[in-house]
Amino acid sequence: MDDGARVTLTDVNDPNYFHKVVDCQWACPAHTPGPEYIRLIADGRYSDAYMINWKSNVFPGILGRTCDRPCEPACRRGRVEKEPVAICRLKRVAADYKDDIRDRLPGKGPSNGKRVALVGAGPASLTVARDLLPLGYEVVIYDGDNRAGGMIRSQIPKFRLPESVIDEEVNYILDMGAVTRLGQRVDSMEELLKENYDAIFVGCGAPRGRDLDVPGRQEAAANIHIGIDWLSSVSFGHITKIGKRVIVLGGGNTAMDCCRSSRRLGGESVTVVVRSGFEEMKASPWEKEDAMHEDIPILNYHVPKRVEHDNGKLKGMWFEKVKVELDEKGRRNLVPTGEPDVLIECDDVLVAIGQENAFPWIERDAGIDFDRWGLPIIGEKTLQASLPNVFFGGDAAFGPKNIIWAVAHGHDAAISIDKYCQSLDVADRPPPLFNLVSQKMGIHEWSYDNEVSNDLRYRVPLREKALALKDIKMEVELGFDPVLAFQEAERCLNCDIETVFAPKLCIECDACVDICPVDCITFTAPGDEEDLRTRLMAPAPNLTQDLYISDGLKTGRYMVKDEDVCLHCGMCAERCPTGAWDMQKFFLEMAHADAGHACHR
Amino acid sequence: MTYLTKPKLHHPSLQPNQLGFTRRDYEGAISTLCAGCGHDSISAALIQACYQLDLPPHRIAKLSGIGCSSKTPTYFLGASHGFNSVHGRMPSVLTGANLANRDLIYLGVSGDGDSASIGLGQFAHLMRRGVNMLYIVENNGVYGLTKGQFSATSDCGSKSKKGVANTDEAIDMAAMALQLGATFVARSFSGDKTQLVPLIEAALSHRGTAFIDCISPCVAFNNHMGSTKSFDYVREHNEAVNFLDVITPRAEITTEYSEGAVQEVTQHDGSILRLRKLAGDYDVNDRIAAMRFLAEHAAEGEIVTGLLYVDPDAEDMHLHIKTVPTPLKDLNETALCPGSAALHKLNASLR
Repeated sequence: MDDGARVTLTDVNDPNYFHKVVDCQWACPAHTPGPEYIRLIADGRYSDAYMINWKSNVFPGILGRTCDRPCEPACRRGRVEKEPVAICRLKRVAADYKDDIRDRLPGKGPSNGKRVALVGAGPASLTVARDLLPLGYEVVIYDGDNRAGGMIRSQIPKFRLPESVIDEEVNYILDMGAVTRLGQRVDSMEELLKENYDAIFVGCGAPRGRDLDVPGRQEAAANIHIGIDWLSSVSFGHITKIGKRVIVLGGGNTAMDCCRSSRRLGGESVTVVVRSGFEEMKASPWEKEDAMHEDIPILNYHVPKRVEHDNGKLKGMWFEKVKVELDEKGRRNLVPTGEPDVLIECDDVLVAIGQENAFPWIERDAGIDFDRWGLPIIGEKTLQASLPNVFFGGDAAFGPKNIIWAVAHGHDAAISIDKYCQSLDVADRPPPLFNLVSQKMGIHEWSYDNEVSNDLRYRVPLREKALALKDIKMEVELGFDPVLAFQEAERCLNCDIETVFAPKLCIECDACVDICPVDCITFTAPGDEEDLRTRLMAPAPNLTQDLYISDGLKTGRYMVKDEDVCLHCGMCAERCPTGAWDMQKFFLEMAHADAGHACHR
Repeated sequence: MTYLTKPKLHHPSLQPNQLGFTRRDYEGAISTLCAGCGHDSISAALIQACYQLDLPPHRIAKLSGIGCSSKTPTYFLGASHGFNSVHGRMPSVLTGANLANRDLIYLGVSGDGDSASIGLGQFAHLMRRGVNMLYIVENNGVYGLTKGQFSATSDCGSKSKKGVANTDEAIDMAAMALQLGATFVARSFSGDKTQLVPLIEAALSHRGTAFIDCISPCVAFNNHMGSTKSFDYVREHNEAVNFLDVITPRAEITTEYSEGAVQEVTQHDGSILRLRKLAGDYDVNDRIAAMRFLAEHAAEGEIVTGLLYVDPDAEDMHLHIKTVPTPLKDLNETALCPGSAALHKLNASLR
């Protein structure tokens, strides 16, 4: 074996190796242990499932309804069958059916004399508060709105996320003893700095909606609204109706919220118009589906050209039809088709074509550096600004993302703030905690349900459309009931129950190779990874998935397992006569600022 | 072993064969043999071979006797015909089936107990007759179902799990098959599918009696130090005479070999057996030399594997006894039972 071959051997002591196998957890910005809580749901242990989520992502009930679900496209089930496990909606199940868990939440720790200001009461700031309060920090949360929650409360329509769910999960944190300064917009960073906080966290979001610059825009301004501002006004009850014919410009999730809200406020003919193709839209596929389910057509390849108005009275909007052409470098360009422009008549236009960061309240000489796009220059992991006692997170840090990223930032920022306040090295990041434990209970008995379900993905029951469209506060999704939740949970492949190979015990009988339903195990002559991938039992073209390569066999061959489509059914371990294969549960928890402190209670 | 059935989900790239079946479609019920049993590997090899040969599962009949090996037909080709016969009597049941319906593909699965002890006589006479079939012996040298006594194929001097040496001489079934007139004789090892699968393919496309003696370690009772049928022992003493590529009549010949290194044998169905020679000048068409080669290497403690002998022009039982081409089971009553006038005529012709 040459050195080139040796370097490809798998090191199972590296937590990243098995973490990567748990596709959903690896893809989640907060690294929530998906399979672990899904098993608890199948077991009816909703409160335990909720607490796993609460520790990791802070807002299980909110995220279980609104998350962008980076876990689901990553889900292994989607590679062996049509659709991934409904991980997100199972999270909601934990929140819906849990008992009162308030006695399981940490409280405020004995004061450590440090004071931290959080600007904005959105998910990032609330996560920082959650992590720092048990450590004894005095946490002061500022927000221009009168109620905490940030964009969770102001921008997500109530028919997707009821107020009661927001109140519950936001209050879990506020009730820990956060000091709130709600209704107090921070207008000056310099003034805030003068208050001598030990650290300041900026989690004010990306509050500026991008505007449209076409002729007639200003003249007809009375009926042309910026999407996120309009959603916020709807949310707080300032706007209660809209015209019968509505055009929504933009293809993101905000556009989807705008069009669905319009349908509930009097919009009878609501059309979404996007510049590029349907497939290229930024909105999640399920949000597009939900919009179309509510009879909202999505018109693609239409570029807004000018506003048609009669002395400022909006009449409609002209669009130029375009098509995609690839240039010589293979880049997509939208070019006019040459067809006549299209007029769509309307009473209102909602502009949801993107969001921008804006920090008009941070003086440019306050010591905080910004890049040329107006974003703060901060450490990628530390989130620390050039002014060392200032930290950024959520949409304010790297531009608009989503709630789950805001939570992940919140956890990271809390670690940084804690280290900074203790005069420790902020760059020194605590490693995640993980363990790996055999799940063997008998010859063919495991502590997890290893029978693979053949069921296809279950749909979440919806409220009847006619009823749902009548009331903007009526939640559309009814959520899984416990029976559906169990059936959906059983679709989870338990990717965290890892196949661990002990070459010393292996007698190379091929039993595992023969039984594997997805042909992922091969015993073959040594080679480097690129070479091995070409001579396995089944092709292994998915380079994003690792090969588990082990030497140490008597014949000198390698055991090579392609992790790509392993079902974690444990058949290899059941068929193994010597226990060379074992199914071991990999549990990884990210380090949080309050880890290790919570148990003092 | 497991109580669960194998999950239905499969690798996304699993390919169907000419008949539209994937390899998984050739599987049977989940095995109840001990975990790691060599027999399960042989089942997997049979599945692979039948899939690769595009054999229609409903045209295959698998017959067996009694024993661990004879249980295995349940674990492969779930859509084929099966007959679990009396101990050691698979050969006569199979011969009968073949006489009645010559159109099926016959697979006899047996073990060293079933074929070398209680069924030795049946085995011997089937080899002589040229019944068109694949006879595979899953040979572990031990009575696994009765907890590990030596079988008739245990080598003299081989030790039991308790450390007692065998004092009886072993029956070499491949040597017997050669001597008794089998027209395709091979030996292989359950732990080497790259060798076993092409041998099964070649045997299934052979006309006449094809015999494979497949050493199949018993992980429960015969895989210890001192055993001559353990994984380690067989790997150390394996003397493969050739490596076989089976080229079906449809397939294109792509690989080129230097002259002399390869022997090609064309079978009656047009399939080409391409043998890459591993042991000197071994000639697979020379029965007498094969018997000598086996005896010499057995004396040296080596296990000779590979395709040992093939007669590409072999004839089968139906040719010898001049049966009609139509399977007897498809003949109607008047054809089968022509009446007393025909009987009188026949009797008269013999007077």
